[in-house]
Amino acid sequence: MKRVYVNEEWCLGCHLCEYYCAFANSHVNDMAKALKGKEIHPNIRIEEKGDISFAVSCRHCKDPLCVKSCISGALSIDDGVVRINRDKCVGCYTCVLVCPYGAILPSPSGVMQKCELCVENEGGMPNCVMHCPNSAIVFEER
Amino acid sequence: MKYVIIGNSAAAVGCVEGIRKVDGEGEILLISSEPHHTYSRPLISYLLMGKTDSERMKYRPEGFYERNACKTMLGRAVTKISPDSKKITLDDGSEVSYDKLMVATGSSPFIPPIAGYDKVKNKTTFMSLDDAKELESMLTTDSDVMILGAGLIGLKCAECLIGKVKSITVVDMAPRILPSILDADGAAIVQKHLEKCGVKFILEDSSSEFSENSAKLKSGKTVKFDALVMAVGVRPNISLVSECGGKVNKGVYTDEKCATSIKDIYAGGDCSESFDSALGDVRILALLPNAYMQGLTAGTNMAGGEAVYDKAIPMNAIGFCGLHIITAGVYEGDAYIKTDGENYKALFCKDNMLKGFILIGDVARAGIYTSLIREKTPLNTLDFELIKDKPQLMAFARKERKSRLGEEV
Repeated sequence: MKRVYVNEEWCLGCHLCEYYCAFANSHVNDMAKALKGKEIHPNIRIEEKGDISFAVSCRHCKDPLCVKSCISGALSIDDGVVRINRDKCVGCYTCVLVCPYGAILPSPSGVMQKCELCVENEGGMPNCVMHCPNSAIVFEER
Repeated sequence: MKYVIIGNSAAAVGCVEGIRKVDGEGEILLISSEPHHTYSRPLISYLLMGKTDSERMKYRPEGFYERNACKTMLGRAVTKISPDSKKITLDDGSEVSYDKLMVATGSSPFIPPIAGYDKVKNKTTFMSLDDAKELESMLTTDSDVMILGAGLIGLKCAECLIGKVKSITVVDMAPRILPSILDADGAAIVQKHLEKCGVKFILEDSSSEFSENSAKLKSGKTVKFDALVMAVGVRPNISLVSECGGKVNKGVYTDEKCATSIKDIYAGGDCSESFDSALGDVRILALLPNAYMQGLTAGTNMAGGEAVYDKAIPMNAIGFCGLHIITAGVYEGDAYIKTDGENYKALFCKDNMLKGFILIGDVARAGIYTSLIREKTPLNTLDFELIKDKPQLMAFARKERKSRLGEEV
């Protein structure tokens, strides 16, 4: 299965992945309208220190602890993609407690949000991958 | 192969899913004393807050049993296990045979013997969907509610009543709230927050006698109430296993395959004990994620697969009125504590490992800490100053980061 992989040696720390993720998940057609003047809440986040930077988003683990641990049954695996049913999520933070990558984040509404590989957005390539200017984020089989 | 599962909550669901990963054919019969479709027990407080409803709080969606070819007998109790004949007896005296049996009987609220308890008309525990509905039916906006017990259950109950009733008073013998997961300083922060939200606390005190609408406390104080919630603790439901000769301690003994001491009988969830790898000893870890994983392990092994459950640790995520708390492990060793009065962080390190942590307020990415405990990661392989500052992958060595972010996991 294709997943998002990150190569920190090529990451420029430009944060474009964060903006393109927020845009893809805004479900607004115009990037300026979607993001301008707004605080963004992307599913992918850059960690940086000195000259090192890299993006972190859901690893879509083969045996995901978050799915096993979810107390409401809101997290599930759909064709290998770890999905969240935000209608069922109550914001209990159990997934935050167990995710070894720190890749599940609270959203402004209080329920959780996470990368779903843009399965409902672009339908092919995750938006962070598509717009990474230095190919530090790729979508491939490994 | 015929599988019988007693129970219908997280461990039972895990067991069904574990069996079906290995065996798509065998017959599964699930028997539960509660008449409901599987629902998430910890969500009952969210139900009363209106953050979920009876449909959305289903732990698995409608059609779960059908999709897994799982027959059910809901609203029926099992009274006896006969391991020699491999049969169980139901409440009407009828018998059902099994090849492999899963005991996921959960726990029951403990009701301490307190004089006058029978006289209290409006009282309930807070463990089940029926409890939640009963509590709701007792209350008006004019109700004074007393909750006995300042643990996880008592306080989640208190939280969901804020704004719905006139007053909420929580009474506990312990000198601090949430003693099972918080240290004294952390507990003080959470208590202050709940007090700000309108919850009153009477600690280091307990009920010596009840009358219909009041409790006399050991200190001499009297608490008047219209409804009483008993949340002092739970007891694992071990009698089915102990009465048929299975090994029990505080909970049902299980090995790392989640098998009991009796051949072909497995157990998981709140009725059972598991090996706490942070503590290095066996104890009951009555937590939903652990229950599911025990069930999954048991089901896999019951169906002839191979699975071990060997990385259990105590861990909790809980929140009250927007203040989040995440804790895990055991609080042993050198403590690193940082607080600004509202946010609180305590890390406990011993033998070159993170053994436990408490985060209150800022809980972002706490799972990175949890995994250090679970995987017993040697701390000298990390940049400890960075990990102390916040949970982050930057603290790992470059090679480790490369494998975590660049390989299939």
